This record gives sequence, structure tokens and C-alpha cells, in this order.
Amino acid sequence: MKDRNRLVFALVLACAVMLSAPFSTQAQGTPRIIEITAKRFEFTPNVITLKRGEPVILRVKSTDVTHGFFSKQLKIDEVIEPGKTLDVKITPQTAGSFTLICDHFCGSGHGNMKMSIVVE
Amino acid sequence: MADSIERRKFLRIASMSMGIGTLYKVAPLLGAGREAHELGVSLKESNGESIAPFTFVQLSDAHVGFSGPPDPLGTKAFEQAVAMVNALPQRPDLVLFTGDLTHDSEVKDEHAKRMRQFQQIAAQLKVPKLVCVPGEHDAGLDGGQLFRESFGPTNYSFDYRGVHFVALDNVSRAKPELGAEQLAWFKKDLARFPKTAPIVVFTHRPLFDLKPEWEWFTSDGDEAMNVLAPYKNVTVLYGHIHRDDEHVIANTHHYAARSLIFAFPDPEKVADKKPIPFDKEHPFKNLGIRVVNHNVKKPPQASSFSIEDVELSLREYSGINGIQQILKPVSL
Repeated sequence: MKDRNRLVFALVLACAVMLSAPFSTQAQGTPRIIEITAKRFEFTPNVITLKRGEPVILRVKSTDVTHGFFSKQLKIDEVIEPGKTLDVKITPQTAGSFTLICDHFCGSGHGNMKMSIVVE
Repeated sequence: MADSIERRKFLRIASMSMGIGTLYKVAPLLGAGREAHELGVSLKESNGESIAPFTFVQLSDAHVGFSGPPDPLGTKAFEQAVAMVNALPQRPDLVLFTGDLTHDSEVKDEHAKRMRQFQQIAAQLKVPKLVCVPGEHDAGLDGGQLFRESFGPTNYSFDYRGVHFVALDNVSRAKPELGAEQLAWFKKDLARFPKTAPIVVFTHRPLFDLKPEWEWFTSDGDEAMNVLAPYKNVTVLYGHIHRDDEHVIANTHHYAARSLIFAFPDPEKVADKKPIPFDKEHPFKNLGIRVVNHNVKKPPQASSFSIEDVELSLREYSGINGIQQILKPVSL
């Protein structure tokens, strides 16, 4: 019985640790979630690092206007509406550094609104 | 091989020159034989425009309202472009402006003021016809409303002396795309023409993937290219990239005009999309003009344009006395 209690405690503790992590690490097979905020004219964070073959969810939101979320190389082509959360599921297969841009015109600094996705 | 050498020469010369846009000379199909004659008859029947030589100028990316850095000269290059066009020995019949007439402003009245300023400067052009397509800085924030109030529709077509011109709008939807409705219109618009008809498409962004990471593309541009694919004599003129570029894709020749505000570098040579720094000794460096001649000896199945460079310099900014025009004929 004690062993069982220890096991339950360990599981609860593990869950608490996972939920408190900046990038929540889910159980094996469940995608890692990375939160990204878009506002004119930047993405935060502007660099994220992924592992090749690792499924992840990019959870994206806009804090001001509508933005685009586009990477030709990673086959991402989405629109981020303010007030909504967008989940983009990807499993990068190729190592490298990929540029993701806002491709929904959002003002005079739009042309340089971008972030990097590094795949190791 | 000769062509590739000439092409390198053209690019080298272009990178040295400065100026204001592109001048096109068109003598469609004259002297091109029986097939051309038949096409001429067909075109006249379809659009009422008889085939006759003419010239036109492409200007692009004036960004009226933009203030430096990197370009503290404001509208000076645009104004110089107008003066230079007016001073051409052969007055062009037509001026095409391929977008970013203005720099955007979130304040509607300010943007309208910039559009009026563009119109005031453009009104000084002593040409019979000025046509424009919007850039994302003109139409990306309001869906093209101000542009339509100022100029009319953002996509349209017209026939001019035997050449069919099509204006495509790949900015008003905010994303770099044409959209299904416009593509359907485009297909229908071209359907009445024979496959040898000379067609000039003008738009803001490149229709192909020139550099998607810099937003130099149109996401559904390949669908427009599919519409154009059966046609054998197609030229696509665009702006947006603030530098000269030319691509040949199947039967379609794509030419980018330089900007009238500042230049972007070669994306193959730099990592970041940053304007080329302003050089007060050569303020119009990397802004340019090209003369395109319709080659009347080639049949319409082949590319029938050739290009000349015009190198300009201005006394006020470069120390060279007056405006110099150096025409360098090039065969592309």
C-alpha cells in the first residue's frame, strides 16, 4: 500500500513539474507546446529550437491586430486573429534554421516581422 | 552562350546605374510574317485595337510619405522620374505604376493625404495614360478602399495597340495572394485571346517564389502562371523587391523594376532584409531605368523583348553636370 501511495505521489509531483515548466513537456507521444505571441512588429520569442522528428504544437496568439504566420519551408500558412489562440502542429523532419514571417500586412514595420525556428 | 554573357553584362550595368524605372518600347508583331498578320486581324476583331508601335514606362515603389532613414530624400527620386520621363525624346504613350505609390499610415486622413500627393506628382507626367496597381503599403490595411476611391478597381484589363494589359492585385487581401475570385476573372479575361497574343501582366509582388522568407512571392501565383501557361508571348512586370531582377519561367518573362525610394540588396548575398544604406554621394544608386524594345523581327512564339539600360546621374547629388543618359543596348 505504501508503495502505491509513493507511486501516486511521484506521478502527481511529475505532473506538477511538467505543468510548471516554461515549455510543458507532455508524456511521450504528446506534443510539446510552445507559446508564441505576435504583436506589431515582432514575435516573442523570436527564436525557438526544436528537435528533428519531434512533434510540437506552436500555440500562437496576437495581442493587437491580425497577423500572418508563414513559413514556406515548414509548410506553415496561418492567420492569427486577435483574441483567438491558434495551435499549429508540426513535426520538423529536416535540421536547419528556418525563417517564419508575418505575411498578413500589419503596418510599416511588417516587412521585418519574423522569427527563427531552429531544428537540431 | 552569347545570351548569358549579355545577361551578365546587363546585370552588371544595372547594378551600377541609378534612375527611375523602366521604359518599354513596343512594336508588337510588325513584320513578323503571316502568323503575326493573322493574329493582328484576330486582335482587332476581339478588342478593336489596331496593332501599332508604342512605348511605355514602368515606375514603381515611390512610397510617398516615407521618411528616412534609409532615404532622407522623400519624393525627390519620384519627382526626378517624372521630369526624366517628360524629357524623353520619344514621349511614352503609357505609364504603368506597379504599386506602393504611398507608404502606409494607420491614420486614414494622413494616408489619403499621401495618396493625393502621389497624384499631384504623377499628374505632372506628360503622358496620355497612367495606370496603377496597389502595393501592400497602399492597400494592405484597408483592403484597397483608398486606392479604389483614388483610381478605381485594383484589378482590371485593357487593350492598347494590339497588346493586352492585365493588372493583378496581390496585396488587397493583406496576404500575398490573388484569391479564387480574381483568378477566375483572370482566366475568363484571357480566354478570348489567341495563344500568340502579346500579353503584359503588371502587378506588385512577384508571381513566383523569388524569396518567400522576405515575402517576395504570391502564394497562389502558380495558379496565375497556370492560366498564363498556354500563352506564348507573356511579360510580367512587378515591383515590391526594390531591385532589378529578371526571370524566365516557361513562356513567361518576369521583370522587376527598381524603387523610387531605396534599394534592397541581393537576397542571395545577405541574410537580413535591410535596405542598402543611403549614400549621400550617390543618392540614387541602385535606382534604375530600363528601356525595353519589342523585337519586331522575332515571331511572337519567342521572347520578343530586348532591354537597354539607362544610367542617370544628377548634378545636385552626384556632382555630375546635369542628367546623363547612357543607353546600352542589350539582348536578352
